[in-house]
Amino acid sequence: MYDEEVIYDSRRLVPPEEHTRPTTERPWVRRTLIGIAVVFMGLVLVLPLLLVFVEAFRKGAETYFAAFSDRNSQSAITLTLLVAAIAVPLNLVFGVAAAWCVAKYEFWGKSFLITLIDLPFSVSPVVSGMVYVLLFGAQSALGPILKANHIEIIFAVPGIVLATIFVTFPFIARELIPLMEDQGSVDEEAALSLGATGWQTFTRVTLPNIKWGLLYGVLLCNARAMGEFGAVSVVSGHIRGKTTTMPLDIEILYNEYNFTAAFAIASLLAMLALVTLVFKTILEFRFGDELAGTRRH
Amino acid sequence: MKPSVIPGFGLTFGYTILYLSLLVLIPIAGLFLKAATTPWPQIVRIATAPRTINALEISFGSSLIAALVNVLFGVIVAWVLVRYKFPGRRILDAIVDLPFALPTAVAGIALSTLYAPKGWIGSLFSDKGPLWQWWHAQTWLPFGLEQFSLNFKIAYTPTGIVIALIFVGLPFIVRTVQPVLEEFEQELEEAAATLGANRWQTIAKVILPRLTPALLTGFALAFARAVGEYGSVIFIAGNLPNISEIAPVLIVIKLEEFDQAGAAVIAGIMLIISFAMLLVVNLIQAWARRRFGNV
Amino acid sequence: MKKTARILALGGLVAALALTGAVTARAQDQTLLNVSYDPTRELYEQFNEAFAKHWKDTTGGNVTIEQSHGGSGKQAQAVIDGLGADVVTLALEGDINAIVTKSGLIDENWRAEFPNNSTPYTSTIVFLVRKGNPKAIADWGDLVKDGVEVITPNPKTSGGARWNYLAAWAYANKASGGDEAKDVDFIKQLYKHVPVLDTGARGSTVTFAQKELGDVLLAWENEAYLVLDEFGAENFDIVYPPSSIRAEPPVAIVDKNVEAHGTQALAKAYLEYLYSPEGQTIAARNHYRPSDPSVVTDPALVAAFPKIDLISIDDPLFGGWKTAQPKHFGDGGIFDQVYTPAQ
Repeated sequence: MYDEEVIYDSRRLVPPEEHTRPTTERPWVRRTLIGIAVVFMGLVLVLPLLLVFVEAFRKGAETYFAAFSDRNSQSAITLTLLVAAIAVPLNLVFGVAAAWCVAKYEFWGKSFLITLIDLPFSVSPVVSGMVYVLLFGAQSALGPILKANHIEIIFAVPGIVLATIFVTFPFIARELIPLMEDQGSVDEEAALSLGATGWQTFTRVTLPNIKWGLLYGVLLCNARAMGEFGAVSVVSGHIRGKTTTMPLDIEILYNEYNFTAAFAIASLLAMLALVTLVFKTILEFRFGDELAGTRRH
Repeated sequence: MKPSVIPGFGLTFGYTILYLSLLVLIPIAGLFLKAATTPWPQIVRIATAPRTINALEISFGSSLIAALVNVLFGVIVAWVLVRYKFPGRRILDAIVDLPFALPTAVAGIALSTLYAPKGWIGSLFSDKGPLWQWWHAQTWLPFGLEQFSLNFKIAYTPTGIVIALIFVGLPFIVRTVQPVLEEFEQELEEAAATLGANRWQTIAKVILPRLTPALLTGFALAFARAVGEYGSVIFIAGNLPNISEIAPVLIVIKLEEFDQAGAAVIAGIMLIISFAMLLVVNLIQAWARRRFGNV
Repeated sequence: MKKTARILALGGLVAALALTGAVTARAQDQTLLNVSYDPTRELYEQFNEAFAKHWKDTTGGNVTIEQSHGGSGKQAQAVIDGLGADVVTLALEGDINAIVTKSGLIDENWRAEFPNNSTPYTSTIVFLVRKGNPKAIADWGDLVKDGVEVITPNPKTSGGARWNYLAAWAYANKASGGDEAKDVDFIKQLYKHVPVLDTGARGSTVTFAQKELGDVLLAWENEAYLVLDEFGAENFDIVYPPSSIRAEPPVAIVDKNVEAHGTQALAKAYLEYLYSPEGQTIAARNHYRPSDPSVVTDPALVAAFPKIDLISIDDPLFGGWKTAQPKHFGDGGIFDQVYTPAQ
């Protein structure tokens, strides 16, 4: 595919004699750089991942699978799926709308708007949870009204959903904005001039153009939604079997000295991360050109 | 705004603003309102308390170091991934995104287990560990170099914080630099070589300047993300006040001391700094877009 | 692509329903939420089972007991912010007092509601050391010897850590003959020997037992025994210092919440059951010192607790939680001075 043409194959393109093309480096430099990259990534990324699986299987496959039959862990998995199923579609709709409005139009204060969309990205997860406690907690102005109407937000599922939405807020929008900016509006203008309605233009022209970027955004958003710890920890109340998500369940198991089970649940999330990444790599492999522009976060 | 034939500005802009307000702006406004219930002198006292300043310094300082390390290694990783072909390249490329997807608490537990004095990596550097023994056996070294202690503690020190933040920030650098390198016109390098530049000169004077805007963006994103990081750091930091206590931990401590206003003040300070930084990044990006076309 | 639109609309609908429709469901069988601190997980797991059976036998009703565990202060803050606890079983009187003053959810006279100042079990602080006690740690003074690393959580975030601190203070005070400057000095010395300040007791235990950091863990007595069970008695020894503190983790009904939930009778029966022979025996079996040892069904359990010199928080040295809390752990208190860099 495309990398065959773009990337210099060290075995194929470099002539056998001690001559190096002017646009690449000497073999020893190349090897050193590859070595540095591999060692660095090994120390920082690969080993932690490996450790999760080693610890999860430390006491054998039986103990590993036993961890998933625990009632509380099962309810944590269900809750995590539920939260992601609510948070991701909401952020998806928002992401498309925001990207449309940012990419297709020029208006004053655009950088400011993008920064606001980015903001949850850099807000400490602890703060993300805290803002909802301050807003909906019993001590807030809204607290007594909510209580009088028997509406539970924090320390219940809605609060966990809100915190998750906050944390994963920018993911899809951030994925789509550069992609749609690169693509410009020519296709849409053509469709409109041929008499298509706005909605038709969006579903038949824009959506097919951005579908892979969109999917990638959804995958990352979903992985992050399922894995969020700090923010959810603040709003959850940690009621076992009721308001604990998978990352919180991992913490509880770890705190009960049940390390194997903790790492088993963690391996499930790591697997999710891996599946996400494999899926993404397949997408890139098949739709490399379309996705090339989307790699900016 | 400039006129456009594309419909839907009102709808999408309105929805964006509405959703943004409901989920982000109003809650954050609530935070500032809470902080504002504290009288000014006390806000100043909380903000200038040595412990607060130290925590902010540790947060921003280790984030800065981690982001710088990531710039160096991130560029090498991106360079290797884009320019060279070697076995396992695709796997390496895929794994770069891992920190986006792996829960931070799991990352923290895994990293602290690895880098603890008895962990796989930590034990290498611990007192009388294999590395230590090997090093002290090198008696042929001049100047008694072998006496130099190789006893480093990584987990439960500020170094541990930096390691966790490197983990969290790496994909930002790689993923911002990678597309620029991919789209880089090789003709420019050829031209430089024809004009007599050696490889290092070409890299330093032709390639790196073109990478700078992307690097800045990646740096700022990695930095901003690292400043707020909590889940992975608490497991590996040691959390000693003034030494390895990051600002988010201080916020949690304030919350547990029933001091929501104090927590809100520190959170507010962090928010303002983060917002300012992100705004600068986005302005740089907008500027680079105008200056270089696409970055 | 119409399908996509429909799916999106459906997703939105589901979300809207979940957000607005989360009205508290009143189950026919009763549920009770016990908000507790970290080290009581195993205790309440056993106790809840026994109580559910007892409740069924005496009233015929089914009860599901939900548990929430975490740092004592964090849990109290969650209750203040609206976590619907029916009962709280926390590490410190001060944390329940915070719920009283900040939210009014609990009646001011909660300490008089149950026997023994509403403390069904007590505990103390002991040393957990590596097998064979290689650093020869026998008393609090040994903790500040050269080369000794002490593991204890942060008193700001952990209830257990406050008892650790106060026990050390009591020792220092006795050794110095009441010279407070020397006491502060001892505390400063002690925390210089602490390489990691975890946020909770469980975090410290993991640091000491699993990550193998430090020479001695200051731990709840029950927590120390749990480590022997979980990590192997062949790796650790428990050392009882000659003197320690009587840690009194109190319990209370969250009056306003049980009113709203209609669980007054259930909550009262639940906490009272802690004082019953079964409750006291379960506590003793989990290495909590029963407040009424005479009712414990197995006297061997009671005899197993070594008798050491225990000081109470109500001793004039501390003057009760209301005095000790701000003096030692408040903003700018003595603990804060420990970590104030020398000017």
